[in-house]
Amino acid sequence: MSNLLNVSPSPHSHGKESTQKLMLNVVVALIPAFITSVFYFGIGAIIVTATSVVSCLLFEYLIQRFILKKPISITDGSALVTGILLAFNLPSNIPVFIIVIGSFVAIAVAKMTFGGLGNNPFNPALVGRVFMLISFPVQMTSWPVPKGFATGYTDAVTGATPLALIKEGLKNGEPLSQLMDKIPTPAQMFLGNMGGSIGEVAAVALLIGFVYLLFRKVITWHIPVSVMGSMAIFTTILWLVNPEKNANPMFHILAGGVLLGAIFMATDYVTSPMVPKAMLIYGCGIGIITVIIRVYGAYPEGVSFAILIMNAFVPLMNAYIKPRRFGEEVKNG
Amino acid sequence: MSSTVLITIFSLSLLALVSAVILYFIAQKFKIYEDPRIDEVQALLPAANCGGCGFAGCRNMAEALVKADNFEGLTCPVGGASVMAEAARILGKVAPVIDPTVAVLLCNGSPEFRPRTSQYDGASDCRISHSLYLGETDCSYGCMGRGDCERACAFDALHMDPATGLPVISDDKCVSCGACVKVCPRHLIELRKKAKKDRKIYVACSNCDKGGPARKACNVACIGCSKCYKVCEFDAITIKDNLAYIDAKKCTFCRKCPTECPTNAIIELNFPPRKPKLEVQAETVNG
Amino acid sequence: MLKTFPKGGVHPPENKITADIPIEYLPLPESVTIPLSQHIGTPSIPAVNKGDSVKTGQVIATGKGFVSANIHSSVSGKVNRIDVVLDSTGYKQMAVFINVEGDEWISTIDRSKVINRDIKLSSEEIIKRCFESGIVGLGGATFPSHVKLTVPSGKKCEILIINGVECEPYLTSDHRLMLEKGEEILTGVSILMKALKVEKALIGIENNKPDAIAHMTKLASTFKGMTVYPLKVKYPQGAEKQLIKALTGREVPSGHLPLDVGAVVHNVGTAFAVYEAVQKNKPLFERVVTITGKSLSKPGNYMVRTGTPLSRLIEAAGGLPDDTGKIINGGPMMGKAVANIDVPVVKGMSGVVLVPREESVRNEIKPCIRCAKCISVCPVNLEPYLLMTLSEKGLFERAEKERITDCMECGCCSFTCPASRPLLDYIRLGKSSVIKMVRERNLK
Repeated sequence: MSNLLNVSPSPHSHGKESTQKLMLNVVVALIPAFITSVFYFGIGAIIVTATSVVSCLLFEYLIQRFILKKPISITDGSALVTGILLAFNLPSNIPVFIIVIGSFVAIAVAKMTFGGLGNNPFNPALVGRVFMLISFPVQMTSWPVPKGFATGYTDAVTGATPLALIKEGLKNGEPLSQLMDKIPTPAQMFLGNMGGSIGEVAAVALLIGFVYLLFRKVITWHIPVSVMGSMAIFTTILWLVNPEKNANPMFHILAGGVLLGAIFMATDYVTSPMVPKAMLIYGCGIGIITVIIRVYGAYPEGVSFAILIMNAFVPLMNAYIKPRRFGEEVKNG
Repeated sequence: MSSTVLITIFSLSLLALVSAVILYFIAQKFKIYEDPRIDEVQALLPAANCGGCGFAGCRNMAEALVKADNFEGLTCPVGGASVMAEAARILGKVAPVIDPTVAVLLCNGSPEFRPRTSQYDGASDCRISHSLYLGETDCSYGCMGRGDCERACAFDALHMDPATGLPVISDDKCVSCGACVKVCPRHLIELRKKAKKDRKIYVACSNCDKGGPARKACNVACIGCSKCYKVCEFDAITIKDNLAYIDAKKCTFCRKCPTECPTNAIIELNFPPRKPKLEVQAETVNG
Repeated sequence: MLKTFPKGGVHPPENKITADIPIEYLPLPESVTIPLSQHIGTPSIPAVNKGDSVKTGQVIATGKGFVSANIHSSVSGKVNRIDVVLDSTGYKQMAVFINVEGDEWISTIDRSKVINRDIKLSSEEIIKRCFESGIVGLGGATFPSHVKLTVPSGKKCEILIINGVECEPYLTSDHRLMLEKGEEILTGVSILMKALKVEKALIGIENNKPDAIAHMTKLASTFKGMTVYPLKVKYPQGAEKQLIKALTGREVPSGHLPLDVGAVVHNVGTAFAVYEAVQKNKPLFERVVTITGKSLSKPGNYMVRTGTPLSRLIEAAGGLPDDTGKIINGGPMMGKAVANIDVPVVKGMSGVVLVPREESVRNEIKPCIRCAKCISVCPVNLEPYLLMTLSEKGLFERAEKERITDCMECGCCSFTCPASRPLLDYIRLGKSSVIKMVRERNLK
């Protein structure tokens, strides 16, 4: 402005972090998963992701401009990330109108009504996804069989996911050893050659993203490791107790949306706890609830519900689980 | 009617009756006796819970009024004299007569009069900038313009004017609760006795520096020259620490002091224009 | 493995552009303005009047009470007046204005450059000499040193820790002092050891000063009981409690002092001042100040007399750059921005940083995304996002429970926040409100 000296309280220096950079790093970490999604599901993956991203950005812009009359903040990248993650939870043959409705619920209901970025208690992408699952159960549970660009879009051939196969099979009384022959091998599951939502199939791509996020200091190890660790321990116990009714832990971790959920959804800053101790408890809660839903519940997959349930406990955890302060005196000391 | 329906009606009614009896006895056992007059007095109060009376809410004020021996020191500025009189009548006490007041800002240092000598870039909060340094100008007493008072006002009576950087108080909305007075870190807002037609005469300055530095920092600062003090026939003006102060209770609005002031630090508001005489008039500011 | 403190900390760019520039003596100005409060505690009482002639090193103000300090004239000349001055605290305070005439020192000061290691004074005499010479903590806190050296009964000092860390970016005054006056500093350390009656001194130096570490290690081997430790480069390693934790593993309990874990910490600059005071009878009236900044043509380290206007120091560094947006007294993390270039140099001014305009403006404030980075960098393990919200909303009782008063205002949280939120601004507000609230509560 002028030649006047600037006076402000310390610190007078700022690090390189910014909200936008963090969000863009998450998008970069999701690129491997996007590439594998196109590789397996072809044009459907591109259409679903593009629709979701555009709808999310559009709804946030419209609400901020015309209803809230506040400055537009779509450039901070949070709606972009929500759009991509929402898409990655959907089957690649889902019609556009359902995606638009889901984006509306994710942005307008789950995020903007609570006050916008930073104020929502529940993960917006998951709220959108669960809403779509309950409102459009048929479309949301028909999973295209991966055939690359031959998969097509709404006309894709569908088949059951490994988790659904196991669930249905066990209900019909088939022994697990027989069912395991029908599902892809662990190697195939690791690379992503199985039915499922766009983003959840390729474990290898998601793990590359995880390493990138750790390296760029976007997330810490606590939540993904505690989700996967608690799931591994719980499923191991169940498997050891009854190998004919319960699948092995490797299957449980590679099947379904655990990796996507643990690495990208549960680690959402706004809806996860802030203190490392609390993060570990949160992750364990998600792992245990997921397994309970998978084994004893009606749905074949429980990660989305588990994360939303644990989201509800996060304000409580933030209020009561405090880090140990420097110089804090130990009680009875 | 079928037996299922009869059984349902009978069992639900019995359940309801038993619950009602249990709830009645529990309510009686855990009942807290409260003076019924507290509810009566609370109904009179404006229910704004603004804290202007010094209590946490209207209920606490009602309790205090019922328990107090007299109304000394107790008043609801929002409800005013009529509410206090009514409360006094119900409780059989006497309400002291208190003059209505209104909030007034004792500073006129807009950038036009008070040049900026630095730029503040910290959090937009007057208490924070006040604890950091003297301020963006050379007057260490004047308004910092960050709007703590505007945020404290629960009655929409105070708004920052972006052109002057000073708060503007709406006389019709101000209820004299004192929230702005408490929050201003420089104690620039005063609750002054209200006059008819919202007329005001006050020294719009709080600068206690000697005349030279004060005037150098702000063109309309009070320099403590005492000319106003000398011309006042009603003993309403006091000079302390190089600063003049007009007591609103003693001021008779004779309008002599604003013309005497050499720096135009004294402001008169809502008066009819002066008849042009020999000298040029002091213009009314912030009209 | 280099020692460090276990939790929190950030890595601001070091920018030690003046690290290789030897100390120069700044020529005397025409007049000096010496504030009466250059220390923590009660401001001093003037001991001279308008018109008096003073000599360099003469007492011009005496400390009032125990937690206070004497102030000495840094020049010889005539007292012009005793009046208010706007100083680097951001407020006006009383100061002695002196017109400089020559440079005549009081006769009791030993001006020889010979290093004298023989400490003749007793423990009590050392502490008294520190008080008489106006020695205060030269790391920036300016706490009167004689108070720190006076161990109250019931407490015991086991180790002396010497702070040669200089963790703030840009500042190099301690670095140069260690390189050029290392032996004097270590003699000062042995004086402090005698005053505190301890056998061990640990000297911590950040690892970005390998020349100073090598030099001081070599010198320390010629003294008894002193060990030099290189420390990992991490801000705020130079903070007292973090330094004690890194060097000894002991954690000073919340609300307590280092002496409660048996340690006393002094800056290398203070050790040097103590040497000069005890061995040369020279009171504190000059210190090394780093004048630095990316746009300065001649940044450097100068020995400056207290009371010199900052503008003279800037002139010596090549003049005020046109694009200067901010002038900081201290380092960029904890220093204080000054509003005026004529503020006087004081005992606590370890460096001055000139910041170009583009870097001096804060980023736009965005909403909190609950990323918890502020918690992960806080060395005290507090929750800055929460403390800011509590302070904003006036919930000071809750803030007290959340230990807001433990905050040492290091600035790591505001530095890191991706949303550029003014965390520390509001935490300071909360701290002062909580302290006020506690004080009022104790009075009842």
